[in-house]
Amino acid sequence: MRRSGRAALSVLCSSAVLLTATACGGSEDTSASGGGGDDNTITWWHNSNNEPGRGYYEQVAADFEDANPGVEVEVVAMAHEDMVDRLAAAFQSGDVPDVYMERGGGELADHVEAGLVRDLTQEADETIEKLGGSVSGWQVDGQTYALPFSLGVVGFWYNTALFEQAGITEPPATMEELYTAIDKLKAAGIVPISVGAGDKWPAAHYWYYTALRACGQDVLEDAVTSLDFTDECFVQAGETLEELLATEPFNPGFLTTPAQEGASSASGLLATDQVAMELAGHWEPGVMQGLTDDGAGLGENTGWFAFPEIEGGEGDPEAQLGGGDAWAVSTDAPDASVDLVNYLLSDEVQTGFAENDMGLPTNPAATDAVSDPALAQLLEVRDAAPYIQLYFDTAFGASIGGAMNDAIALMFADQATAQDVVDATVQAADMEK
Amino acid sequence: MTRVTAAPEATDPGAAVTRGADARRVTGRGRSGKRRQRLEIVLFVTPALALMATFVAYPVYSAARMSFYDWKGFGPMVDSVGLQNYVRVLGDEVFTDAVMHNFIIVFASIAVQLPLGLALALLLNRRIRARGLLRTIIFVPYVLAEVIAGVVWFQLLQPRTGVLEKMLSSVGIPVPEQGFLGTPDLALATVFVVLTWKYLGLAVLLFLAGLQGVPDELYEAAQLDGASWWQVQRRIAVPLIAPTIRVWIFLSMIGSLQLFDMVWILTGGGPANATTTMATYLVSMGTQRSNFGIAGAASVVLFLIGFAMAVAYQALVLRRDTKADA
Repeated sequence: MRRSGRAALSVLCSSAVLLTATACGGSEDTSASGGGGDDNTITWWHNSNNEPGRGYYEQVAADFEDANPGVEVEVVAMAHEDMVDRLAAAFQSGDVPDVYMERGGGELADHVEAGLVRDLTQEADETIEKLGGSVSGWQVDGQTYALPFSLGVVGFWYNTALFEQAGITEPPATMEELYTAIDKLKAAGIVPISVGAGDKWPAAHYWYYTALRACGQDVLEDAVTSLDFTDECFVQAGETLEELLATEPFNPGFLTTPAQEGASSASGLLATDQVAMELAGHWEPGVMQGLTDDGAGLGENTGWFAFPEIEGGEGDPEAQLGGGDAWAVSTDAPDASVDLVNYLLSDEVQTGFAENDMGLPTNPAATDAVSDPALAQLLEVRDAAPYIQLYFDTAFGASIGGAMNDAIALMFADQATAQDVVDATVQAADMEK
Repeated sequence: MTRVTAAPEATDPGAAVTRGADARRVTGRGRSGKRRQRLEIVLFVTPALALMATFVAYPVYSAARMSFYDWKGFGPMVDSVGLQNYVRVLGDEVFTDAVMHNFIIVFASIAVQLPLGLALALLLNRRIRARGLLRTIIFVPYVLAEVIAGVVWFQLLQPRTGVLEKMLSSVGIPVPEQGFLGTPDLALATVFVVLTWKYLGLAVLLFLAGLQGVPDELYEAAQLDGASWWQVQRRIAVPLIAPTIRVWIFLSMIGSLQLFDMVWILTGGGPANATTTMATYLVSMGTQRSNFGIAGAASVVLFLIGFAMAVAYQALVLRRDTKADA
């Protein structure tokens, strides 16, 4: 009796472990109670968890409170990953903070559909006008639901000293020139490019860019809304990427290399002179600074060039891939939240944002305040671009974007063809329709 | 489902107490005593039942319910799709491969860790020099936090810069171009080696504990009869710790089916889905891709596989151990 009881109990316990491991949360509670509690308290979540950003936002909140007597701003600063997780949980429970960050695209459209986000079109019309085309990524059916405060572009960050060592004088402007540069770097015993394909999205950025260079703006805009990928240019994008992959330009073990964590990540390899370049966004200098002992990253050896042109491609070579962060207001937030968001995008706050090198400001009044030379260069590129294509995975939403990224990652492992990437995306899109 | 099994399990011992006490007290205070005992049972069992209901039964119900909906993780769960999520999960090559990877780990663990663990346990059961130290060394990996062990191995296995690669190439063993974790054909085997390093300690510990329970008289008697060390191990030690071995197999099997953390840290399921397990599949489908319905269906499949194997093992293998003593 005793032993059989214990044995049965062990089954029970182990199935309990199984159960808790498999049940992945989630409640269907939809009662949105608003984050702040009463009408005079605004909860504001942001991810500027380090100085000077953290202190700067404290100051901004205090200034806003002074200008609006009776209103209190409860600022919650957290690390980016924590914020993403907590926001996901907040959306599940319906208890969303009053002012929070939206990345735009399909994710925002889903939140809008679920009635979680406040329409800012009327209440923030002046700010929207000032920001101009930047807000397009945060519009759904012509209405604006969030105001971007930082908008960056993706390109190749490179080590100028290693390029010089390999005898490359001009950063490559076409794919052919990129292949030549790769050959020269290899000949000099330098690993040309690092990519964090273990995280998938850094690999996917290559396909996004070849698609951006291969496809015309109208085709891409149409694809984002209609989920139609029949245009030949999407296959051509994959074929161009296959050509690049055939030159074997990447760091050894790139299939499991993480994007940004630690010295052996793609960013770490670039920061420590192990590779010559990496395709990454405006966050890269900051990430590299965090990965080097002296906190300087690549320092004065930091260089940047745009993704090269594809011969015969329909896309504008000046167009850039990018994305950014925007302030959104949840449905049940107090009205003062909209004032706060307008204030966050004001000339004054955006200028301070730029002076503290917290990102690439969207308010044109703040453009000149960016002090970091690398970021200032990016800002020029961004503002000269005829259009900025939002990262496809963000634009399509997690479900389609994830399937697309998986297929592209398989292509990097030589297990998917150009057609497979298109097929996987179409298949995931069909499930959404 | 669990609730049904949970209830009799939790009340059983209580029921036994009631019966026993009834017999003793029937002549005593009668009615009020009975009531008091009922109260005691309720008092002792309720907290455990409440915990089970909140943290086991409800999440299972919730995941099972999710599996019948198309749900993105927020807003009302209204878009019922019937069994479509199950069709998708079972038709997804990534998931069926993941199931296969789980079973490869299940069988490889038993085939490799069992003989290895047994050999080490028998060795460490002898009176050898520095036995305590050796036991500690073998057991330390098991005590290490999984994440820390994973991160350390990830760094050791880095191509070019990793220590392991330098050591292997210095003795002339060729290393793969993309590293052990970056080569799809080698990744699962590499993960398995790390898992063996991590969990061998548990097997050795359990077997050693089993060996402590073997009476010394049996060894002495065998020695008097002129049995060799090998004969003693084969005919006496191993058969007598067979119940321990069977329990270890059970634990190893369940652990392998749920395998997540080490894979997540070492490869994230890659390269090219070469190391996905059912658990990594459901996490990437759920929290990363917001397909909670599909993740829910995958978790129900994982639960059913785990439950079926546990029950089958219980009925076919462990039954012997439990019967003998009943």
